Amino acid sequence: MYRYDQYDQAIVDARVAEFKEQVGRRLRNEITEDQFKPLRLMNGLYLQLHAYMLRVAIPYGTLSGTQMRMLAHIARKYDRDYGHFTTRQNIQYNWIKLEQFSDLLDDLSKVEMHAFQTSGNCIRNISSDQFAGAAADELADPRPYAELLRQWSTLHPEFSFLPRKFKIAVIASDTDRAAIQLHDIGLQLRKNDAGDLGFRVYVGGGMGRTPIIGKIVRDFIPVGQFLSYSEGILRVYNRYGRRDNIYKARIKILVTELGIEEFTRQVEAEWAQLEPLGLDAPQAEYDRIIAQFSDPEYDLTATDTLDLSDPDFAMWVAQNVHAHKQPGYAIATISLKPKRGIPGDASSAQIDVIADLAEKYAHDEIRVTHSQNLVLAHVRKADLYALWQALDAADLATPNLDLVTDIIVCPGMDYCTLANARSIPIAQNIAAKFENNVAEQRDIGELKIKVSGCINGCGHHHAGHIGILGVDKKGEEAYQLLLGGSGAEDASLAKILGPGLDENGIVAAVDKLIAFYRTARSAPEERFLDTYRRLGPAPFKEAVYG
Amino acid sequence: MDNQDQSAVAGAPSPALDDTPALLRFRDDAPFESPIAPLADFLGGGNFAAVRVDPGENARDLIPHLGRLKLIEVAFPKFRDGRGYSSANILREAGFTGEIRAVGDVLVDQIGFMRRVGFDSFAPDAPLDPGVVQATLDRYPYVYMKSADGKTPVWALRHG
Amino acid sequence: MPRILTGNRLETGDVLWWNGSDWSTQIKDAVALGEEGDALVARLVAEERINDPVLVDVTGEPGAYVPTTTRERVRASGPSVRADLARGSLSTEVI
Ligand code: HEM
Ligand code: SF4
Repeated sequence: MYRYDQYDQAIVDARVAEFKEQVGRRLRNEITEDQFKPLRLMNGLYLQLHAYMLRVAIPYGTLSGTQMRMLAHIARKYDRDYGHFTTRQNIQYNWIKLEQFSDLLDDLSKVEMHAFQTSGNCIRNISSDQFAGAAADELADPRPYAELLRQWSTLHPEFSFLPRKFKIAVIASDTDRAAIQLHDIGLQLRKNDAGDLGFRVYVGGGMGRTPIIGKIVRDFIPVGQFLSYSEGILRVYNRYGRRDNIYKARIKILVTELGIEEFTRQVEAEWAQLEPLGLDAPQAEYDRIIAQFSDPEYDLTATDTLDLSDPDFAMWVAQNVHAHKQPGYAIATISLKPKRGIPGDASSAQIDVIADLAEKYAHDEIRVTHSQNLVLAHVRKADLYALWQALDAADLATPNLDLVTDIIVCPGMDYCTLANARSIPIAQNIAAKFENNVAEQRDIGELKIKVSGCINGCGHHHAGHIGILGVDKKGEEAYQLLLGGSGAEDASLAKILGPGLDENGIVAAVDKLIAFYRTARSAPEERFLDTYRRLGPAPFKEAVYG
Repeated sequence: MDNQDQSAVAGAPSPALDDTPALLRFRDDAPFESPIAPLADFLGGGNFAAVRVDPGENARDLIPHLGRLKLIEVAFPKFRDGRGYSSANILREAGFTGEIRAVGDVLVDQIGFMRRVGFDSFAPDAPLDPGVVQATLDRYPYVYMKSADGKTPVWALRHG
Repeated sequence: MPRILTGNRLETGDVLWWNGSDWSTQIKDAVALGEEGDALVARLVAEERINDPVLVDVTGEPGAYVPTTTRERVRASGPSVRADLARGSLSTEVI
């Protein structure tokens, strides 16, 4: 994985010093909260319901054991002993004190981490495929390009006061594990007919109030020019994105209002101006970064034999372990959706355990997934059983990846100032009906339930096979039910099924939907989403409201 | 700190006696102080050597006229509105070497970015603390990307 | 309906209630405010030491006020899903 050199470290150190100074000015009342707020947001510091909330960046969701252990240390020393992994591969802490924030940033910077640009109207943390570098189906590791983007976008002088936040995701396989079509820019690495590497560029996807699937602005931009091309997109957005209405300020609205042809024309014209300026990093820099993502030193004697005689282990392997490109290796997903848990939350002790296991069994690498789970990407099959036992002892071996209890949830009204309703209890109550019966969950099959506490859609409800959205109904918490979304390569937006329901009603509705699906599917392999796509909403609506 | 008028930074900016905000300049030539035309008037054919570009106006409209301009003011009615950064960068990319002045809601925490995209003078609504200005401009030893200030990005330093 | 004053301390982010002469981290200490509440909010906004000072509607008796909105009840009690982190004077049960 990427390690900082003296330049990266010097920039982080300077940024930390800058923010400390800004905090000092605020604490001395030399600036107002109005002036300070955008400064703290650019360091990922929000004021939430209970305290300050800090979002720490995990670039493209990859971190080392040492970094992971630091996340546990932060939780223990500055917070209440836990953190929350988010859908954009970051971690959030909920109980941070402003007066301790400088020390916290110092601690983070010791392990090459920070919180810059995890909030605010700037280019946010770049996200990527959690199986990068390990997946059997990828063209190349996408993370070197994510790292190039990270550097290009860090403290970008022209694009730090954009109309609104800006999110970029990069993948390198046809299977989309990073929801690229729901990002402001989504990049898919591919080869053209001549065999050269480049990106297909999607622009203008996003969720929130006006969910839109991204459109292709360019089918192929050579990798050597994708930074200047991104600069072109950002410049068009910075100049012409709407600033009169915060709800219309994302690039998706600009793309929609201009139409994709006109938007593309403007981007191409801008890029024609920018390309000759030599903004793209040279090949030597690509090579330097790519080298840091080279394969770990695999054990070439590792074999594919796996003893599955322990049925619980076999269940976990079947559900949470994926094929690796290297013979004798596997990719293991650690579920952060245990029974009665809070999706995405992990205690300091659990974070430490995972750090240790990553060092011991997984070439010192951990990934965060956009479904709020963690991944050990390079595990010898021979080590899987020992790994599973250790995870199980820490309540980290729930075999439910992509099943009904693997729910994506935003913090909702238990933490978030913007919420209309709580989202975590809804997920817990849905999961409670299934969590004791893994066989039943597996019979139901892949089912992505996603819950947001308000229209901002941090819980990806629009990309849920079943989406749930908290709304305010005359002061009471209520929930809308949406069906048919997908954040994968078959991206689609979920649509509202019928009238809103209360907390018990929504939980019961999910039950009815699942019961109906199990009678209506054409074959056991047909996923909930596919049955919905085949039959349309009417029978599902009848099942819930009939 | 490159090419700047030290006195403007080191000496405490004198509180404005009239309504004119204190000017912070990073140029050696004398400030140009005469009528600054709104963009529409300038493009309408008036004989001006200074022009003002508001957010939402197209800085590229000035490109055919850069030779006769001494000063281009770029307005920041609200610091959160970042369109002026692109305006300045576009003007420098087109080769403009005259003064580009950021006017309005210009805060100390923005001037590092503003210097990078080519602003070389500042007329903030509220006076800036010179010590903080100095610290801000001295802060970053390296930059990741090219911009109008010509600083060498780290990828070039890394590969000599 | 009685109104009580709440806000977050700048330095710590702590959730606070006004007890008539000072801030408390327990809603049980909150006092109901009349007209003087609005003047107090205006002063606090100008002082810039308490973030988001605001008067919220409550029901119940002094010493046992309960806010009318779920949001404010969550602020007063702690997250409903973490009873172990409850602030103490208002049970997460009331959310
Ligand atoms: C608790 C503090 C949080 C606040 C205040 C917050 C705020 C917001 C807001 C205002 C938006 C809408 C932006 C827009 O449409 O322009 C948004 C979108 C989003 N947030 Fe959050 N969020 C929070 C937590 C989270 C968490 C915990 C996650 C991950 C689990 C998350 C992931 C996202 C994602 C993926 C989007 C959708 C981006 C898009 O529209 O394309 N946020 N957030
Ligand atoms: S979706 Fe709404 S409630 Fe949930 S975290 Fe985002 S802003 Fe908060």
